Amino acid sequence: MVEFALHNAWLVPLLPALAFVIIIFLTKPWPALSGLVSVGGMLTSCFFASLAAYGVFTNHKYAEEPLVYATRWFSAGDLKIDVGIQLDPTSAMMIFMVTLVSSLIFIYATGYMKGDPGYSVFFSYLALFGSSMLLLVLSSNLLQMFVAWELVGLCSYLLIGFYTHKISAREAAKKAFVTCRVADFGLLLGILSLQIVFGTLNLTELAEKINNFDQYTTMGMMTLMAVLVFIGPIGKSGQFPLHVWLPDAMEGPTPVSALIHAATMVVAGVYLVGRMMFLFHEVPSAMELVAITGAFTALFAASIAITQREIKRILAYSTVSQLGYMMLALGVGSLTASMFHLWTHAFFKALMFLGAGSVLHALHDKADVWKMGGLIKKMPITGYTFMIGCLAIAGIPPFAGFWSKDEILLAAFDNGNYVLFTMAAITAFMTAFYMWRLFFLAFMGEEKAENHPHESPWNMTLPLVVLAFFATVGGLVGTPWAPVWGEWIFFGHPHHVEPNYLIMVGSVVLGMAGIYLAYTLYLADKEKARAHALAKQYRFLHNLSFNKFYIDEIYLWFNHSIVDGAARLFYLFDIYVVDGILINGIAAFTRLSGEGLRVAQTGRLQNYALVFFLGVLALAVVLAFTDPATAFGLMTGGAK
Amino acid sequence: MDGFPFLTAILLAPVAAALIMVFIPRDEGKLIKCIAAIGTFVSLALSLYVYFSYDQSVGGLQFVERIPWIRDLGVSWFMAVDGISLPMLLLTNLIGFAAVFASWNVNNRPREFFILFMLLVTGVMGTFIAHDLFIFLLFYEVVVIPIYIMVIIWGSSKRVTKEYAGMKLTIYLLIGSAFLLVGVIAMFMKSVGIMGHPDMSFTALAEAGKQLSAFDQKWLFGLMLFGFGSLISMWPFHSWSPDGYAGAPTAVSMIHAGVLKKIGGYGLIKIALVFMPLGAQFWAPVMAVLGVAGVTYAAFGALAQKDLKYIVGYSSVSHMGYVMLAIGSFNLIGINGAVANMFGHGVMAALFFSTIGFIYEKTHTRWIPDMGGLARQTPRLAVAFMLAAMASLGLPGLVTFIPEFTIFVGAFEVYGGLAVIGIAGIILTALYVLRAGANTLFGPPRDEYNHLEDIHGPEMVPLVVLGTVLVVGGLMPSLLFDMINSGAKDIMAHVADVLKIGGVL
Amino acid sequence: MLTLTVSLYHYLILSAVLFGIGLFGVLSKKNAISVLICIELMLNAININLVAFNKYMTPGDFVGQLFAIFVITVAAAEVGVGLAIIIAIYRNKLSVNLDDFDWLKW
Repeated sequence: MVEFALHNAWLVPLLPALAFVIIIFLTKPWPALSGLVSVGGMLTSCFFASLAAYGVFTNHKYAEEPLVYATRWFSAGDLKIDVGIQLDPTSAMMIFMVTLVSSLIFIYATGYMKGDPGYSVFFSYLALFGSSMLLLVLSSNLLQMFVAWELVGLCSYLLIGFYTHKISAREAAKKAFVTCRVADFGLLLGILSLQIVFGTLNLTELAEKINNFDQYTTMGMMTLMAVLVFIGPIGKSGQFPLHVWLPDAMEGPTPVSALIHAATMVVAGVYLVGRMMFLFHEVPSAMELVAITGAFTALFAASIAITQREIKRILAYSTVSQLGYMMLALGVGSLTASMFHLWTHAFFKALMFLGAGSVLHALHDKADVWKMGGLIKKMPITGYTFMIGCLAIAGIPPFAGFWSKDEILLAAFDNGNYVLFTMAAITAFMTAFYMWRLFFLAFMGEEKAENHPHESPWNMTLPLVVLAFFATVGGLVGTPWAPVWGEWIFFGHPHHVEPNYLIMVGSVVLGMAGIYLAYTLYLADKEKARAHALAKQYRFLHNLSFNKFYIDEIYLWFNHSIVDGAARLFYLFDIYVVDGILINGIAAFTRLSGEGLRVAQTGRLQNYALVFFLGVLALAVVLAFTDPATAFGLMTGGAK
Repeated sequence: MDGFPFLTAILLAPVAAALIMVFIPRDEGKLIKCIAAIGTFVSLALSLYVYFSYDQSVGGLQFVERIPWIRDLGVSWFMAVDGISLPMLLLTNLIGFAAVFASWNVNNRPREFFILFMLLVTGVMGTFIAHDLFIFLLFYEVVVIPIYIMVIIWGSSKRVTKEYAGMKLTIYLLIGSAFLLVGVIAMFMKSVGIMGHPDMSFTALAEAGKQLSAFDQKWLFGLMLFGFGSLISMWPFHSWSPDGYAGAPTAVSMIHAGVLKKIGGYGLIKIALVFMPLGAQFWAPVMAVLGVAGVTYAAFGALAQKDLKYIVGYSSVSHMGYVMLAIGSFNLIGINGAVANMFGHGVMAALFFSTIGFIYEKTHTRWIPDMGGLARQTPRLAVAFMLAAMASLGLPGLVTFIPEFTIFVGAFEVYGGLAVIGIAGIILTALYVLRAGANTLFGPPRDEYNHLEDIHGPEMVPLVVLGTVLVVGGLMPSLLFDMINSGAKDIMAHVADVLKIGGVL
Repeated sequence: MLTLTVSLYHYLILSAVLFGIGLFGVLSKKNAISVLICIELMLNAININLVAFNKYMTPGDFVGQLFAIFVITVAAAEVGVGLAIIIAIYRNKLSVNLDDFDWLKW
């Protein structure tokens, strides 16, 4: 059975895709059945994925040599593109994580979406979303990966804009797609240049050829290609400056947010950079770019998150920030740490989003954390599992986030780049602060009289509990004392680190300090007077952070003034110059020459006769003075 | 089945349908539409058969029918298909069949409408399977007249009147074909001089082209570039396209944007490029520059539009820019991409126009600010719209992505920076297509459209047929590419041959 | 003694003069009837030409004469039609002055 799963891993993305097809064409009129098909497809896929992952993680040869099954997709001249499945520990970990988290989210969604008129459609989209992500993860070819990458984008578009009647949802969906599209433009150029330079897009072949790239190209070209490829992940993984779409993505139903932020979509960017490590590894300057982008994004997003009021928006910025962490880890060369954080983050972030969904469900979509309070009493399961998530993200041992965050800090520190390390450390502190600010405001403190919260049904709380379990113990696979993780998932050589107690203790202290600060400001102080006073005192900074540094406004301005302006200019040019002057000009010329020539048409017979006579005379004169042979030729039109 | 004249049969099925319609009383609308559907369906079925029984491993011209016609001019009824003309033939029939159903609600003089439409389809098909230059031109002229009449009678006036649109369309095509004709006659005279006897067949002319001097090739190609270029709406000869499509009735827009335009690209590859390879080499950078100019220019143009048909009109100019860029890149990958993109864009544009046609029929407007929230009231139309929109922006998994990718590979190799500008068009495309989709389909539903009936019955056919092609072609691009490659590699081998001789001279 | 041999050139000069007079009349006369008469002059000039050429170039044939007869016939028919038109116009306009007739104007 394990063998079967191992060699037929293509079933993993196929099953959810089948669920999509079945729902669209067959079971759409029956919502309950559709939900069942979707969940069933994902669970079966999860079953196969677990088996395949088990197969990979029990045979160490796959860590060195990935299992690849590929076939020709199409060819045009010298352009030959394969599609296939590449199974190695990294992708095995991913399919396991994606199918597991997705299954839980799907189950959750059966409760959350109950009674929605688009229930069936929603589940078909979810299935397609999962399927695309799994295809992306398993791709053996960069173009295939790009295909899945775009399909993921499409599904996110459909799901973010799921409430089609809401203008905000419609705009958010469009924003997500277009922003990713801008980034994909870069990625596409990168893929094109890789294809042209190396003549292949198969990951394994590409890795080999890039290993000794000097035979094919120059360092400058390599840098260019690496940067181009990196532009894609900047968009998909919400890195600065293309992070703007991600917080707006919460316009979709909450399970979608959880899916986007945890299991699918955003981690695709990190995963792609991880997959392309062989390229980045050769180009130190590109690595630096990745690291700096990651660290800056982490800090930047955290600084926005501390002032936001909407529960899902805070979580969204925390995702951006955490993705920055993963990028930082990749940038300093540690695939191990990055994938580890991806793994733990998936669990606690899914947990928190689903928790937030549960809250919104109970409060009828009231999203402002300042209007919540004391929810933990009425919603104990949601509250306590959410607390576990907050502990994990704040980096408190032994919860999952601690181990992976520690690994990243250590990797940055070992890399010797102390500026980046400091940025990461500050981010850790801020993360703990804003997550616990959220927790204290929403779940602790006094209950608000106007709220009537109630605990969610079992199919929503069960996933919370399972995810909380993983968020608690998920990090134990990669403790510094038993680094199982690094032996399997690594780039180059198996990854072993000496535990650095200073950093470990330091990060815990930072996390605790953040929590304490949040406690004093938002829980101990019943009136929140200090918090308000601080906001007032630093109004400029507060406004800057609350308005997300006005980046959305800048983009909006650019889009509406520059792009639309150019469009209008081109259109006017088309109407007035191309059409008006060129085309209608020719037409007008024809008409005017007609107008001019018709004056000759006097209607007087004798005028005509005169012209006729003069013409004949002229002809006669011409013929009289030309050589007879030529004249004959002229008269007969050159015929022989 | 050896010897059965498949190609002529494909050609004659719509003609037969038109002849039958002549004898049907004018008020039997349903019957007329059924006959039109049957006629196009026979063509479609036969061309599918031909497509899948064409032997790609052998390649070259197959299903050849050749009957001498005008001996003094070397004209013969020379019908054949190769890897380039087959996808185009199939495309014509797919769209022709779908367009009949897209015009299911035409109730103003249906008999005349469908007779003209059958002639139109026949004409377009003829250009793709004729391998005789004379016959090619003949079919090309057959196309122009029905279009003019159909636009004038069944068209719609918006920014410009339908008379203006029809006139612009027709005169543009005729001017283009006039230049073409000069080129063709000159080519023919030269070939008579070279071969010693007149022969209008593509094969003979291609051979004769080998001995054309470089100078002749250059100016002849220039003429044909102008002629075919204005047909494929090459920038700056594009402005007939948005106005024409906006004025034309749905079926004409579908055929026109879907296949008729592609005659330009097809002619450039199968006639101009093959006959005058040296000329093509000379003009290649010009084509690439004009192509990229068209891509960006028209994309910006589309961005400024508020009328759905204008958006698709400009977008088709933009997409044809990619075809020009691909032909301009002058390599096998590029030619593959050009033909495939013509196929993909054809399916997409036809679906788009049929959808817009239905929207217009139901809401009586194409003005985007007057719409919104249609996804709630007409979900199937929304699906069709989104499918076409996604194909338009080149979503992977649909038939348009791989061709674009192929074009990019071919062009990027040769032109680098210029190609990057062209590729940037995908961002703009996403912007205008999504904007149109969002403002038409999404947002709060409007009360005045609550009574709208979603498409059903025969109206579903375009969505089903074209949608299937979009998805299947996207998931299995080799279905398309193996065919095209078998034709394109012959052409490029011939071109390489000639270039070698040209280098010696 | 004055010997006058009538050569082809004499005929041609006569014909040319006749033709010139006719042409002048056609171009300058205002009366439609006069114009018609002048046209007759021109036709007769041609007839002289035809017959003269025939006599001096190919005396054995009668092609020239034949043509002349044709021309006369056609001229008769033409005059018939022309007069009929003029009469019709006169009935409508009470004028045969060509300057009054410019209905063919653009």
